[in-house]
Amino acid sequence: MKLVAEGLVLTRGSRVLVSGLSFAADAGCALLVTGPNGVGKTTLLRALAGLFQATAGTIRLEGAADERSVADESHYFGHLNAVKSSLTVEENAAFWCRYLGGRREQVTTALETFGLMALRDIPAGYLSAGQKRRLGLARMLVAERSIWLLDEPATSLDVASQAVLAAAANTHLAGGGLVIAATHAPLGLTPARELALAGSGARAA
Amino acid sequence: MSAFGELLKRDVLITWREGGAVGTALGFYVMVITLLPLGIGPDLNLLQRIAPGLLWVALLLAALLSLGRLFEIDLEDGSLDVLVASSLPLEAVAVAKCLAHWLSTAVPLALLAPVLGLLLNLPLDAYGPLVLSMLIGTPAVSFIGGIGAALTLRARRGGVLLALLMLPLFVPTLIFGIETVSSAIVDSGAFGPSILILSAISLASVVLAPVAIAAALRLQVQ
Amino acid sequence: MQQAQSLTQRLANPTRFMELSATLLPWLTVAAVVLTVIGLVMGFAAPVDYQQGHTAKIMYVHVPAAWLSMAGYSLIAISSFGLLVFRHPLADVSAKAAAPIGAAFTLLCLVTGSLWGKPMWGAFWVWDPRLTSVLILFFLYIGLIALRSAIEDEALAAKLTAILALTGIVILPVIKFSVDWNSLHQPASVMRIGAPKIHPSLLWPLLVMAVGLTIAFVALHMKGMRNEILRRRVRALRSAEVQMAAGAASPLPAE
Repeated sequence: MKLVAEGLVLTRGSRVLVSGLSFAADAGCALLVTGPNGVGKTTLLRALAGLFQATAGTIRLEGAADERSVADESHYFGHLNAVKSSLTVEENAAFWCRYLGGRREQVTTALETFGLMALRDIPAGYLSAGQKRRLGLARMLVAERSIWLLDEPATSLDVASQAVLAAAANTHLAGGGLVIAATHAPLGLTPARELALAGSGARAA
Repeated sequence: MSAFGELLKRDVLITWREGGAVGTALGFYVMVITLLPLGIGPDLNLLQRIAPGLLWVALLLAALLSLGRLFEIDLEDGSLDVLVASSLPLEAVAVAKCLAHWLSTAVPLALLAPVLGLLLNLPLDAYGPLVLSMLIGTPAVSFIGGIGAALTLRARRGGVLLALLMLPLFVPTLIFGIETVSSAIVDSGAFGPSILILSAISLASVVLAPVAIAAALRLQVQ
Repeated sequence: MQQAQSLTQRLANPTRFMELSATLLPWLTVAAVVLTVIGLVMGFAAPVDYQQGHTAKIMYVHVPAAWLSMAGYSLIAISSFGLLVFRHPLADVSAKAAAPIGAAFTLLCLVTGSLWGKPMWGAFWVWDPRLTSVLILFFLYIGLIALRSAIEDEALAAKLTAILALTGIVILPVIKFSVDWNSLHQPASVMRIGAPKIHPSLLWPLLVMAVGLTIAFVALHMKGMRNEILRRRVRALRSAEVQMAAGAASPLPAE
């Protein structure tokens, strides 16, 4: 399986963030999107997730099961965790599991992986920033999606949790999955390629 | 379909757990209905005549209070991104969210109305039509209000703006809701035509409003 | 797609509009002023209504204003449709420019209606179904203007306002229907303005006024669109300047 983007143009207002970007990401290999702030990393990930409409260009999936789009096959994990404070840790994970069409036992696996089993009956509002972030990341495991789109996933994670995230992502890669991450920090993903977005200075003039 | 049900269940559960929104709306409803007779005077005949209108207008205002948070809670914590990106059509997401608002907020308001009707000397014959008209009419409030909630999601002064945008659009619901109760006061069997039109308005809102809501939400997450 | 075009492309179509409107606008302005003045003079000269006296002459402003209030909203709805479906670059400019003008004519209709109503009904405001519908139409205009002004991102504001305008046009007939129904079922306290048949001597001034004010609407709308296009050009130039400066100063333009 392979994600192919061709001639992507992403604009916000009159600002052209990305013009004519083409790349391919292969299954089993992480793609690290790097570059300075404001260069369009988040916008690129949102475009891949189907949240942001690209001005021009195509995003497609080669070798997917049955003509599924990239958006259908992705988990999008942004700056916010999509965690509800008034639901317990387990309810949060279980909701996304059922909503995204995962299997029941995946909830337990996901919570165990991210070390949240002990906290599962606690409302998520009580969690620390790092624990909430881990609960947010657990969404990647509650339902199977072949593509993970991670936007600065390591934010507010301590070293141990970063290692857990790296392990989970590497397992996903080893299973033939695809990880595309916008990041400043090296995430410890192997194998990984880098897609450096340059501040091309492209502007609408 | 199960994703739809899960979302509906989650939203009702969250509203129930957090309680504040529904409690505030119910409290607001009670306050408005208590204050109005203090301003109008204790003339029971007058109160009886204007009771349907007061009960409906105050219910609309109370429902509007809670509508502002409908999509905001999902925008704030990033859930909206996941909901929009998921394979459940966004129109279905909109239906689930509005339906959850109806169940968790509008229905309690409608059930509170007869209690407040006592304060306004509403005649006994009118209680059935009152609750009926509110249960049938409030889906239009939740769904049309959903359009406003989706449009004002990132706006400054969102709450007041929502009322400004939506109150004119509630006029048909309001008129036929009040008409149902008023005609029942005059003649207990005579509310047929207006309740039919009210149902038509509600049905049309449930079908059409999700299209506008989905279009607005798609723009909001860009 | 609107966003797809570079700045030059985006200006291409408006540029043609700017040229065309520059030629047309003076003619339209003159036509609007001349016709409106002629219409007003004809109206004054027209025979006096034997029942209503001179007050009936407010009709020559009231009726065209009522027509333009509805035409204005239709124009906004059509422009909104053009923006959402065809992404025509001028559609939003048109919708934005039409809103305050339409609102102004709606207000004119309400004010003249209530001035007419005072001697007729003994009150400045009567909940006549037609007046009520126009009042709600005025609120819809206000809503469009308020929503647009409350959202910072102009492209987002344009599209959201368009959705509201289209929602409004779907609900407007229902509002009209329900207001009519409501007054039908209330005890009739309302006398309707306007006789079913208008004598030709009264009709001619009305027609001239209607045409004159409609041309005035078109001229104002055109001028409003020109202003909006110029404002957007200034904005685009400014943000280009800021980006240029940011690019020169540091390679990290802020988000």
